[in-house]
Amino acid sequence: MKHLLGLRELSKEDIIKILNLAKDMKTILKSETKKTPHLQGYSVVTLFYENSTRTRTSFELAAKFMSANTTSISVQTSSVQKGESLLDTIKTLEALKTDVLIVRHSVSGVPHFIAKNCSFSVINAGDGMNEHPTQALLDMFTIRERLRTIEKLKIAIIGDILHSRVARSNIWGLSKFDNQITVFGPQTLIPPYIENFAYVASSLEEAVSGKDVIIDLRIQLERQKRGFITSKQEYYKFYGLNEDIMRYISGSTLIMHPGPVNRGVEISSEVMQLPNSTIEEQVTNGIAVRMAVLYLCTRKEGIYR
Amino acid sequence: MILIKNAQIINSIDDKLEKADILIVDDRIERIGKDIEENPDKMTIIDASGKYVMPSFTDIHCHLREPGFEYKEDIKSGSRAALAGGFTTICCMPNTNPPVDNRAMVAYIKYRAKEVSPIEVLPVGAITKGLLGEELAEIGFMKQEGAIAISDDGKSVMNANIMRNALLYSKDFSIPVISHCEDTNLSEGGQINLGYVSTITGLRGIPREAESTIVARDILLAKETKAHLHITHVSTKESVRLIKMAKEWGVNVTADTCPHYISLTEDEVLGFNTNAKVNPPLRTQEDIEALIEGLKEGVIDCITTDHAPHHKDEKNVEFNLAASGTIGFETAFSVLFTYLVEKNGFDIGKIVELLNHNPRKIIGFYPYFVKEGEKANLVIVDLKKKWEVKEENIVSKSKNSVFLGKLLTSYVETVIYNGKILKKDGVLSC
Repeated sequence: MKHLLGLRELSKEDIIKILNLAKDMKTILKSETKKTPHLQGYSVVTLFYENSTRTRTSFELAAKFMSANTTSISVQTSSVQKGESLLDTIKTLEALKTDVLIVRHSVSGVPHFIAKNCSFSVINAGDGMNEHPTQALLDMFTIRERLRTIEKLKIAIIGDILHSRVARSNIWGLSKFDNQITVFGPQTLIPPYIENFAYVASSLEEAVSGKDVIIDLRIQLERQKRGFITSKQEYYKFYGLNEDIMRYISGSTLIMHPGPVNRGVEISSEVMQLPNSTIEEQVTNGIAVRMAVLYLCTRKEGIYR
Repeated sequence: MILIKNAQIINSIDDKLEKADILIVDDRIERIGKDIEENPDKMTIIDASGKYVMPSFTDIHCHLREPGFEYKEDIKSGSRAALAGGFTTICCMPNTNPPVDNRAMVAYIKYRAKEVSPIEVLPVGAITKGLLGEELAEIGFMKQEGAIAISDDGKSVMNANIMRNALLYSKDFSIPVISHCEDTNLSEGGQINLGYVSTITGLRGIPREAESTIVARDILLAKETKAHLHITHVSTKESVRLIKMAKEWGVNVTADTCPHYISLTEDEVLGFNTNAKVNPPLRTQEDIEALIEGLKEGVIDCITTDHAPHHKDEKNVEFNLAASGTIGFETAFSVLFTYLVEKNGFDIGKIVELLNHNPRKIIGFYPYFVKEGEKANLVIVDLKKKWEVKEENIVSKSKNSVFLGKLLTSYVETVIYNGKILKKDGVLSC
């Protein structure tokens, strides 16, 4: 596995391989020193064209825990501001002997574009509305850890499906394991042909009832101005996970959210604090999954360089 | 003198000649008949055994990028690319820099074409000044100087009142209004067709109504004004249906579509292939079927290439930054033959109508015929030849073909324009 660009093209076997390895990596996270030599001598660069705290920090810590030399390029202060093209940035990173580039970009397909034009490994840390593969992998890891399986489950994804790379990666990844996926959100945020991949529920009650897992999505409040949603209050009332909706959810149903959360818009603080909410756990698991991905992207048949 | 031996001549669906020889003297077809005597000392002899001869093609929608974007294409390189594809008359759109929105610019294009182009180049003037959609350009002066149509191609005239006035005003000068139909409120930020592929790639979609709502609007305006509206690069089944209804109503409307819209679907975008980023976007199989049906029934009158050259640096970028458009001159005939004749049973004579008779009629020009006494403007094609579209064989300055790597059947081998051989056995001689 040279690159991780998305879960749509990744095989079921590769996903299991990553999840199994992440389990080992999590034991390292629990140790006192949190340090392994797996990426010693490797140069790992993070290039984020969008703001991010948790994903970027998670990747950087994952690389550091494995002894990589890490550098993070801040687009706000980089040559991009001088008009440097992405292609030129790629060539510069190549000349700087980058081994792994972790990239986030607001445009779908940018990691694919970079992978086509470079010699180093590329890990997609979120591209436009396309994919956020490590987020879906950490979701799958969390589900497997909690429920002991990622197969044949009933899973609901709630919210802005149209713009969500998290939703897409989760749908591609979870679909490979014979799970029943339901989506729900305002009609303006349900993309065409999604019914080819998931059941589209007609109400929030229907969407969450009898589910093993509920993945709640972040809503971007600027969408309000573009006519996708009307108001925060109305969104919370009809699409939010609040105490009223808990009546339809069993105590064992996992409540997940990729974060950061808009409290009182997508989900209430009370629901977030339920014992079956995995929101904080997901963040920790994210490091383990990213360690596994970094490890696999830098190996040739499992032999250290 | 040129003598073409043993040619199968095709002029249209209804008018086919038997295998014959064609004698060209100066710029005209002197004689067509069996066993015209050869005289190798005085004439160039072309053996067309097993080949087909038909009138050369006319494209009423292309981009030559001069002035302003000569690094993509210029009048000379674009004309040569057109010639390579069998086109001897091409109409270039006005979205240059500066745009062709006044008589001086029309005169400039005509002058440059006369100087450097081996074929006929006819300018299309802008509908509005600066292509801004706000004030009508001097349509009368541009027509006087040689503009054959008006269009703000690349942009829709979003103000319905301006469009209405353009249609009304155009009638005084008997000039067609070529409409690029795109509601920019609906298409804003869109990169590809809104549908299956936009959902799985996360690329922003352009709904089909972005095209069809303006098609409907412009049809209504043309109905009322009785002006000649030509709807260009039609891409959706809804647009075909609306144009069909308009023709049944008696509206003075004509339409074209392009080779890529009748052959390729939105699936070409998978893998984030920027050469497949075109405007309007590639649609679905259902649309292809509707467009082909529209061509069969005569709802869509002709084929244009929308030849849209872009430099490599404008395509090898992030998908949202990539320029829209594909080149099209050199593959047009082969794509039509492969997808319409081979796959959909079209008569080859219909292709002649789509590439010669109908586009010429739309701009008020007399069609070419391979007949005695007519101007010698013809192509010799090998309908059996299979070839792969490769970057290194492209004549155009830009190589952004959506057909790169595709295998096509049929090839334009020889082109004769006004009695001169400009391409022979696949090699340009100008």
